[in-house]
Amino acid sequence: MNRSGELIWTEDPPFAQNASHAVDNAQLRRNVRNATATIRQRRAGLVAETPDWQELRHAGAAIKDDVLHHLDRYLEEFEKNATARGAHVHWATDAQEASAITADLINQTGHTEVIKVKSMATQEIGLVEALAARGTTAHETDLAELILQLAHDKPSHIVVPALHRNRAEIRRIFLDHMPDPPENLTDDPHALAEAARLHLRRLFLTTKVAISGANFAIAETGGLLVAESEGNGRMCLTLPETLISVVGIEKLIPRFRDLEVFLQLLPRSATGERMNPYNTIWTGVTENDGPQEVHIVLLDNGRTRALKDDTGRQALRCIRCAACLNVCPVYERTGGHAYGATYPGPIGAILTPLMVGVEHAPQLPFASSLCGACYEVCPVEIDIPTVLVKLRHDAVKAKPHKTEDAVFDAARTAMSGRRRWTAALKSARLMRFIRHAAPPPLSRWTRTRDLPDPPAEPFRDWWRKRKG
Amino acid sequence: MRVALFATCLIDALFPDAGKATVTILERLGLHPEFPLEQTCCGQMHANSGYFEPNLVRRYVDTFAEFDAIVTPSASCAGAIRHQHVMIARDAGDNALATRAQATADKTYELSQFLVDVMHTDDVGAYFPHRVTYHPTCHSLRMLQVGDRPYRLLKNVRGIDLVDLPRHDECCGFGGTFSIKNPDVSAAMLADKMESVIESGAEVLCAGDRSCLMHIGGGLERIRAGVKTLHLAEILASTDREPLR
Repeated sequence: MNRSGELIWTEDPPFAQNASHAVDNAQLRRNVRNATATIRQRRAGLVAETPDWQELRHAGAAIKDDVLHHLDRYLEEFEKNATARGAHVHWATDAQEASAITADLINQTGHTEVIKVKSMATQEIGLVEALAARGTTAHETDLAELILQLAHDKPSHIVVPALHRNRAEIRRIFLDHMPDPPENLTDDPHALAEAARLHLRRLFLTTKVAISGANFAIAETGGLLVAESEGNGRMCLTLPETLISVVGIEKLIPRFRDLEVFLQLLPRSATGERMNPYNTIWTGVTENDGPQEVHIVLLDNGRTRALKDDTGRQALRCIRCAACLNVCPVYERTGGHAYGATYPGPIGAILTPLMVGVEHAPQLPFASSLCGACYEVCPVEIDIPTVLVKLRHDAVKAKPHKTEDAVFDAARTAMSGRRRWTAALKSARLMRFIRHAAPPPLSRWTRTRDLPDPPAEPFRDWWRKRKG
Repeated sequence: MRVALFATCLIDALFPDAGKATVTILERLGLHPEFPLEQTCCGQMHANSGYFEPNLVRRYVDTFAEFDAIVTPSASCAGAIRHQHVMIARDAGDNALATRAQATADKTYELSQFLVDVMHTDDVGAYFPHRVTYHPTCHSLRMLQVGDRPYRLLKNVRGIDLVDLPRHDECCGFGGTFSIKNPDVSAAMLADKMESVIESGAEVLCAGDRSCLMHIGGGLERIRAGVKTLHLAEILASTDREPLR
């Protein structure tokens, strides 16, 4: 297993090839398009009714920037306060260490089955697989994550991870992989939810250990918050005896009252709701109420690497709402798997290379037309297009590419002076001969589009003649 | 006011009509635009492909620093000048260039911004009796935030039948070298954009960027859609005395 766990699925995920296959899959495109369009419209309606939306975005960005500038201080404050309230705080530098700590904690309980709250951090470190390798079965309890786990599939979206599946496919998955599917199961959403409910209820009532992530870690109190829609998360967070939470170090917010900002930004951006149906906050251990053994694993796994990047560090403001995925025209046509990483879409295209090093994911910053829709909706004002361009620059420096370097060398020379440029302009006329079928790599253009019919003379020739 | 035209490399090389139209409009407003021949390219295509070219930033600044205003018929080039030049100069460790680049960028205007914000007009006396739809390119819409300026200019064109473009704010899929690096995603986005254009019923698709129009127009020609693409400037330059050929 690589050190980053599941952060990237293969070294150098080949986005262009993956995307080519994905756009050919009409069913996938329809599923993704319908799902993103629904959330997009709901979000737009709620943003329109929130008069101080732009101020909320500024506030969200400012609070997160404060955290990132004083991360050391807030982390220690969080550890101190969580410990004082009876939680055990652990520190993990990478995926392996975080998985090992979690596995050891589970071993100490003597149990071999755990239930899980949906969590990007545990996905990122490949925790379920790491635990399986040590003999522990982790059951996903989020409905979408359950579907994926049963189907041996991977998430394709940060908030709605099974969005690439429609209900007919989900019915098939339940019938084929659920240990005890109801007879006569239809693809009616209520019937599917009921089947999952019956399956999960048994797990909630019998399992003694739970694993979660967290949406926010409150430095001032040492508390954690999970926001969710189903209530399955709350089952995991309250019923078991032991609760282990894997939390990225950028999840911190300074004060409890900062939730005022984020609990307005997050649900509107993520699911198009005014409020998450379930917000569960727990602060260490509460006697005779909820888990009596509470552990928090604070995870770096490339976050401090991202923090070192002047332009890129703003990506650590991300609150995983996935609004950028839902508006991205590229994501809409490829789905999430094409990115070959835990975090897909525009935020994944910057976060992944920032965390693993751009040399390990050099295609991802190019998986964008730079249309800027992501920046416009980001609730914490991450300037994704600018970070993409900066990472492209890093990618080019990290990995030379012969053909492309030569093309841009030639362009640089041609554009370096008036005489050279005037000479280069004459060659534009040659385009006439390749308008409909150009040689590679321009053939990638002429496969679906004509090249323009070159003009009789360039603009500057007309200008010079006109001026005499 | 000394006004310079930054034609952009694409218009200089392949779409001179958009450049000529820009000159026509500026002269009709009583200006005497200059076209410094030392200009080449703003470096956007390079930067967006990962190649930062401080020499092109320097060339742009050296060529245009002396003017009061620089007008360019391209939102994406204006966007690159305003949002990338300083970054590229800083990345090269040239803080003096960054300062000069900022000053030059501050007086660089995309055509519709220049007309509305500097010349304070949204009627340039144009006549264009055709059914037209306008595609707000991503960089004009989101990077430069030109807002309704192009619409206001178009609405005041006499004879025009301006029709809505369905899903107008969706990217057309050009994205510079994105169209070569991810050709299939680009083509899928293009197909949807062409569908919107055809759905609009327009004879002419116009935009403030010849680059996006080269992509959409190339696709429309390939499928023989019978829809012509024109730069916003070409429509604004057209009059009843001198209609667009």
